[in-house]
Amino acid sequence: MEHTHTEATEQHEGGGTKEIWKVTIILSVLTIIELALGFWMMGMGLESASRLAVKGTIVILMMAKAFYIVAYFMHLKHEIKNLIMTIVVPLALFVWFITAFLYDGNSFRHLRNTYDPHFKEQSTIKVEKKEHTETKEKEAPKEAGKEEKKTVE
Amino acid sequence: MSTTTTVTPTKLWSGGKSPFNVEYGKLMMWYFLMSDAFTFGAFLISYGTIRFSTNGWPNPNEVFRSFPFAPEGINAPLVFVSVMTFILIISSVTMVLAVHAGHNMDKKGVVRNLILTIIGGILFLSCQAWEWNHLHSEGAWWGHNPFLNHDGTASSTNFTNYFFTITGFHGFHVFSGVLINIIMLIMTLTDKFEKRGHYLMIEKAGLYWHFVDLVWVFVFTCFYLI
Repeated sequence: MEHTHTEATEQHEGGGTKEIWKVTIILSVLTIIELALGFWMMGMGLESASRLAVKGTIVILMMAKAFYIVAYFMHLKHEIKNLIMTIVVPLALFVWFITAFLYDGNSFRHLRNTYDPHFKEQSTIKVEKKEHTETKEKEAPKEAGKEEKKTVE
Repeated sequence: MSTTTTVTPTKLWSGGKSPFNVEYGKLMMWYFLMSDAFTFGAFLISYGTIRFSTNGWPNPNEVFRSFPFAPEGINAPLVFVSVMTFILIISSVTMVLAVHAGHNMDKKGVVRNLILTIIGGILFLSCQAWEWNHLHSEGAWWGHNPFLNHDGTASSTNFTNYFFTITGFHGFHVFSGVLINIIMLIMTLTDKFEKRGHYLMIEKAGLYWHFVDLVWVFVFTCFYLI
């Protein structure tokens, strides 16, 4: 029995080392495309439709990377169908999980923007952060200088 | 013997054949990873929900733009995290090669690739430690968010809370993965698997390690790219 088992696993082993290197190259290329899109996205308007489209493309590439890791590196593609199904079917819950929660979050934002004036107002007040940190840095040496003078006097 | 090889798919559950055709430990590792996937999924979906329910969010390209040994105030978004991503991908490849060497009962190959995987894991953890330390020095921590939203409005602490919780949870997985790989290395070096006649244990450790890489694909996209 033991012997036939190992024979069976070797049969659905796949392409071996060749396959590993092929998948490595695919994963690297996908990552490089993702990063290129990330850099390209920086020049776009912050809430523009084109930026949203690029983000969508990145999510699709992410799913492709996940597929290659699970299918080839974790060998799921070379397992028998029963095992594939027992892993993949429960994960389908994520489809509803993601849809429902993101929709809920979005709806909550709309409700707050409509009925909560304080929330709406908070998200329109700009805070000058960079000057704040700069003045902090400027103030600190000044104070140190004063103290030094005092000690000299 | 001949009867087991001629079993037709319709008689799959009639006995005499393993329905999943994998050993118990590997199947249980898959189920554990599935439950872990739901834990990470819950974290990331919670992050997404909060982000969708907020009007503004910090621009990751402004937050994560530093690099070790580079002058302060350098503007290099995505560069450091790409290095971290490639380290994890390469360590995943060496892990696959270790599993593959184990199939061929090649002890030397297993040892070499396991050592490379452990080095990759430690490098990743060091990168993460540096990044956490750098963000902490900028004033970011659980409950403290020095960064502003991309439109210049005040940001909530949700941003740092989620970042540190999720990357921390992932980093802890990497840490335990490195420990598991070190145990596998010791077991290989003491000929435990050689005596057992198979290296199936390496396969289970490999599954865990690939899962850690898989989670990073999602964390990297959700926090740094989008």
